Amino acid sequence: MTTALARTSAAPRKRGSADRRKKSLAAYAMIAPFILVFVAMLLIPLIYAGYLSLFKVQLVGGEAFVGLDNYLRALQDQKFIGGVLRMCLFLVIQVPIMLGLALVFALALDSARVRGGKFARLAIFVPYAVPGVVATLMWGYLYGKNFGPIAQVFESVGLAAPDLLGPQNILGSIMNIVTWQFVGYNMVIMYSALRAIPTEQYEAARIDGAGQFRIAWSIKIPSIRSAIILTLIFSIIGSFQLFSEPKLLYEIAPAAIGTDFSPNLYAYNLAFINQDVNYAAAIAFLLGFCIMIVSYVVQLSTARREKRERKAR
Amino acid sequence: MLKPRHRSVALGALSLGLTGALLAGCASSSDAGGGSTDTATITQEQIDEAMSTPTTIDFWSWVPDIQNEIDLFEAKYPEITVNLSNQGGATAQYQKLRTVIESGDVPDVAQIEYSFLPSFTLTGSVLDLTPYGAADLADQFVPSTWSQVATNGGVWGLPQDAGPTGQLYRTDLFAQAGIEPPATWEEYPAAAKAFKDATGSYITDLPGNSFSPILALLWQAGARPFGFDGDKTVTIDFDSDEVQQVIGFWNDLIQQDLVATEPQLDDNWYQSMSNGSYASWLAAAWGPVFLQGTAENTSGLWQATELPQWEGAEPASGNQGGSAVTVLADSDAKIAAAEFVKFLNTDPESTLKFATEQFIFPATVATQEAPEFRDQELPFYGGQKVNSLFVDINATVAEDWQWLPFNDFASSSFKETLGAAITQKTDLFAALDEWHAQLVEYAEQQGFTVE
Repeated sequence: MTTALARTSAAPRKRGSADRRKKSLAAYAMIAPFILVFVAMLLIPLIYAGYLSLFKVQLVGGEAFVGLDNYLRALQDQKFIGGVLRMCLFLVIQVPIMLGLALVFALALDSARVRGGKFARLAIFVPYAVPGVVATLMWGYLYGKNFGPIAQVFESVGLAAPDLLGPQNILGSIMNIVTWQFVGYNMVIMYSALRAIPTEQYEAARIDGAGQFRIAWSIKIPSIRSAIILTLIFSIIGSFQLFSEPKLLYEIAPAAIGTDFSPNLYAYNLAFINQDVNYAAAIAFLLGFCIMIVSYVVQLSTARREKRERKAR
Repeated sequence: MLKPRHRSVALGALSLGLTGALLAGCASSSDAGGGSTDTATITQEQIDEAMSTPTTIDFWSWVPDIQNEIDLFEAKYPEITVNLSNQGGATAQYQKLRTVIESGDVPDVAQIEYSFLPSFTLTGSVLDLTPYGAADLADQFVPSTWSQVATNGGVWGLPQDAGPTGQLYRTDLFAQAGIEPPATWEEYPAAAKAFKDATGSYITDLPGNSFSPILALLWQAGARPFGFDGDKTVTIDFDSDEVQQVIGFWNDLIQQDLVATEPQLDDNWYQSMSNGSYASWLAAAWGPVFLQGTAENTSGLWQATELPQWEGAEPASGNQGGSAVTVLADSDAKIAAAEFVKFLNTDPESTLKFATEQFIFPATVATQEAPEFRDQELPFYGGQKVNSLFVDINATVAEDWQWLPFNDFASSSFKETLGAAITQKTDLFAALDEWHAQLVEYAEQQGFTVE
């Protein structure tokens, strides 16, 4: 769709305006299905949720307009704030590990020094193809205290098995699941960006005496910066949106996870357990704003850095 | 392609939209307060007419193989077709039910657990079956199940099953420890200690991931922590002697590490049940057959008995689970739907089929007393007539237990407070206070008067 748009705008402008109008009509016709679905499935629900968030409905007493009360309540809600902070912690620890691993794998595969590169690429990517629900159920089993293989390995060497589903470890356990799942996905994005770098640059570098590491550090990584930033933004959004892993693990470790583990889980529970749809809508909006702010800050800071570096050159 | 900086905003908006869409699907504008009551009694002619008019009834239930009983009904009333749909378990069904109740396009008949029934009568979502002749059926049901559906002047459904709590225990493990299963709670701590000293395992497991077991124990002890007047007033009372006694009792056992506190009914627990980590299970009447399937390798080693009793008190027990079948207030085939519910839960053939083929513990007196059910001998329990035992236990379940009209919240906040304390073996009293505070706060937020 984006390429279609680019082409129409790049069309020669010498011809008559009627012709141009016809063309733009065709373009509108082509994007119409998207716009239709976008409006029906995203814009209208969004507006409706925004509308709902301004009301309060009690089980006894009915409906009342409360303006921004739900938002004020959310900003003082320890459960919401706690969830956001937990996701920030998740972000700060898990995302660098995941993207670091993805980058290392991508560089290793790109250097063509790895034997069976195609197989390795597939193997790393496969977890992403496993549905998230299945992956979480599987890890829930692996983490199990009595029957899980991890615990059994610990016990067989005479060590006390860590309670991977306990309150102290659960965040780490979820980080592990998410990392396992998304390393391959991020690696593929980075790897395809690496393949697009013109090889002449490597030759020039090699003539200048640069080794593989120097090439990776000074050419490859800077060249795929935009791909890395893309994965970073995706990961930030993914972190704040964390839902299915805690939702599923809640069933086997309710004491460790709680209904407010992540903001999304909290909003879900508010809507479907507490039957407080209006407050849940407000929480969802605030979470959306949080994500926008964090994404924007990351964008802005990387853009600034690029500018600075360009000036320095 | 969008410029990067716009892209991030667009993605943010997208994430917001997804949650928004999820929420918008279930907008709430319920007219709260009081069930819907229609006083005019339906005559036999009206019933005959309805049952000979081609009608389709939509029925939501999670009960396995319930199509068996539907087939019986359809054979008797060929003009009526019942469309069964399973929404994926009780919890999922309640959530979907609330959503369709908002839209008005409801199923005609739905399965609802006793504990959730008040949260549907509160919103006027289920039909009072009194005008449909339900009140006349009272004496067909065991009193402690009837009292769960006949509340605040209406009959909001008909009982299908019950879950009186007893005790399933491993005869071999108790023999190994050289003790008998304790008959009273007063003897219980010493037995738990003797058992643990002898075998290194626990006498039982008190789970923190569901409030049914601890509530059944409170029920047994005569505690009545919850109440609802059907209108705006709820009672949340954790200060009574009975509540304090039961919580204190388990607090001591847990702090002394004499009982396990693992979540129940998950893989870990199944494993523990079959490998002898726990010597007994404080199980509801649906437990015996269930256990056969999860701990097959221990067949013949189990026995069933009553719960330990409090000294000086009449024999008592409490329910864990049990459900009613209800007619929705917005049903457009109310008479046929009510007849279907009556057939399903009172017809001798239908209720006996439930009891003997689907192993659902019956709620009617006739089926509980039927020899085909009562005298069934289960090899898993060394040929014991387990049903007969649970029928007797059921007769000791008190009738006056009530549920809060916001059971979803009560259950989930239990898991975060008292349930978490049980699992993590911390102070149960502090957690009980916390649970109380959360319940009161929620009730007041929702406009209830708390007593």
